[in-house]
Amino acid sequence: MTSRKKGVRVHRAGAAPYLFLAPAMALFALFMALPIGYTIYLSLRRTKVSGLGLGKGARREVFAGLANYAAAVGDGELWAGWLRVLAYGALVLVLMLGLALVFALMLDAAHVRLARLTRISIFLPYAVPGVAATLMWGFLYLPSLSPFGEHPFLSAGLVTFSMANVAVWGGTGFNMLVLYTNLRAVPREYYEAARIDGASELGIALRIKIPILVPSIILTTVFSVIATVQVFTEPTTLRPLTNTISSTWSPLMKVYRDAFVTGDLYSAAATSMVIAGISLVLSFGFLRVVKNRAFGES
Amino acid sequence: MAATALRGSRGQARPSRHRPLGIAPTGVLVLGAIYTLFPVSWVVVAATKSKAELFSTSTFAPGAGLLSNLADLFAYRDGVFWLWLLNTALYAGGGAVLSTAVSTISGYALAKYSFPGRGLIFNLLIGGILVPSVVLAIPQYLLFSKAGLADTYWSVLLPQILHPYSIYLARIYSQAAVPGSLLEAGRLDGAGEWRLFRRVALPLLTPGMVTIFLFQFVAIWNNFLLPFIMLGDDHKFPLTVGLYTLLAAGANQPSLYNLIITGTMLSLIPLIALFLTMQRYWRTDLSGGAVKS
Repeated sequence: MTSRKKGVRVHRAGAAPYLFLAPAMALFALFMALPIGYTIYLSLRRTKVSGLGLGKGARREVFAGLANYAAAVGDGELWAGWLRVLAYGALVLVLMLGLALVFALMLDAAHVRLARLTRISIFLPYAVPGVAATLMWGFLYLPSLSPFGEHPFLSAGLVTFSMANVAVWGGTGFNMLVLYTNLRAVPREYYEAARIDGASELGIALRIKIPILVPSIILTTVFSVIATVQVFTEPTTLRPLTNTISSTWSPLMKVYRDAFVTGDLYSAAATSMVIAGISLVLSFGFLRVVKNRAFGES
Repeated sequence: MAATALRGSRGQARPSRHRPLGIAPTGVLVLGAIYTLFPVSWVVVAATKSKAELFSTSTFAPGAGLLSNLADLFAYRDGVFWLWLLNTALYAGGGAVLSTAVSTISGYALAKYSFPGRGLIFNLLIGGILVPSVVLAIPQYLLFSKAGLADTYWSVLLPQILHPYSIYLARIYSQAAVPGSLLEAGRLDGAGEWRLFRRVALPLLTPGMVTIFLFQFVAIWNNFLLPFIMLGDDHKFPLTVGLYTLLAAGANQPSLYNLIITGTMLSLIPLIALFLTMQRYWRTDLSGGAVKS
């Protein structure tokens, strides 16, 4: 009796997790697996035009092999986009994560005044949509409105810096909060012991706090790299205010243009697979490098 | 677990020994706060300026045009701005509620049951973090078009329900907040698995769910790419796409700048209000997950 009851219970518990996960798996199949599969399918197809391309059946979709990938990889405009995003991304990553780390360490330092107020203020841009942030800064960059005088913030030479500033402004607070909370979880006795040994506040920050933060820094870096590779909102929103940002400024903008302006879905699909591949390689490559270094040091 | 460790450390008195860094940390933080508050305060002041004042008065001198700016904005295309605001609330609110429900039950199942395929399912769901949004957004649009659902509310709502990071957080919360012994006791009393989830786990997971909800609410509220691709009818736009079209239409007409600036200022208010009132949840639980990882 008891054993049969137990058998029934285990059986029911066995089905329960699958039922609980069913909604997520259904959403995964419909809105992730299917679109990814469809992108791969499209990337291997092209339109074949017969005759003058007029009339029904004159345009057919045919298998294209890797031709779209070859075209995407050989596309100079796409690589120019990668270079622009690389410069922009390097600026954003270094400034944003550097500032986040400095702010987190300052918040965690002994005897800080206004800690609560400044922490909330620095985190505030997290609640500002990228479009709104770009609009605010975009207007501040316009010579007719700018309080900074007549600097050509949106000129070809400065536009990358101006755009990076928008991303740094928007992203520093969130990363600061992640690092700061990590620091708050460290028992204060660690620092007391170091102080008794005569360590300075700066020494504690460099030798104890930063090593503790390394895993969080790696995590925030990977997420920032993924976000940066896909930059789209900021350049798209800034574009109406200047003619220095082309419609293919970033790789993602080129995909959008190919798909919806030029109407070449097949090459857009191949290009987006290339972007996906590059962002995977970047994030995994970064993880590997830092892991090797971390293990090598310890 | 991380959350409790956090509360513990926050409760401790800070050591009050020497102060070798003096006011330097405070100074750096104040500079950071000035930098972040600068554009926000600018847009608030600029929204009060009339068309003439915007280009003539000094930057931080308030103007007298706020009411006429608001009237102009609300009159723009028969009050479409209100619609944008409502749409955004609908997308963010509805999407975040659904997302929280799906994430919570998925995270709970992944944390509290051992079953064949658990690792595979977890990796599939979490792997979504690494998939660039464009790889999804364009084919999602094409598939929605084939189903006749492009340019509908569903096309913006449905793709944003599944959120890998929320499932990851829900799994961490479930591991930390729901003791296995409590579930076992319930099972001995003959409670079914659904009942155990509803009556035992859900109350314990509520604080974590609020955090997941906030996370998703902000992510959907701020999203631009998906609605930009999915929607053509400006009566279904969220604020982000609406403001963008306002800018695209008015960038060459300085007379429209007041409208854009006022719209931007108004678009900041709901989220900043939510953010300030829900601070408790941002501080502890959100980062509880970050610490664990």
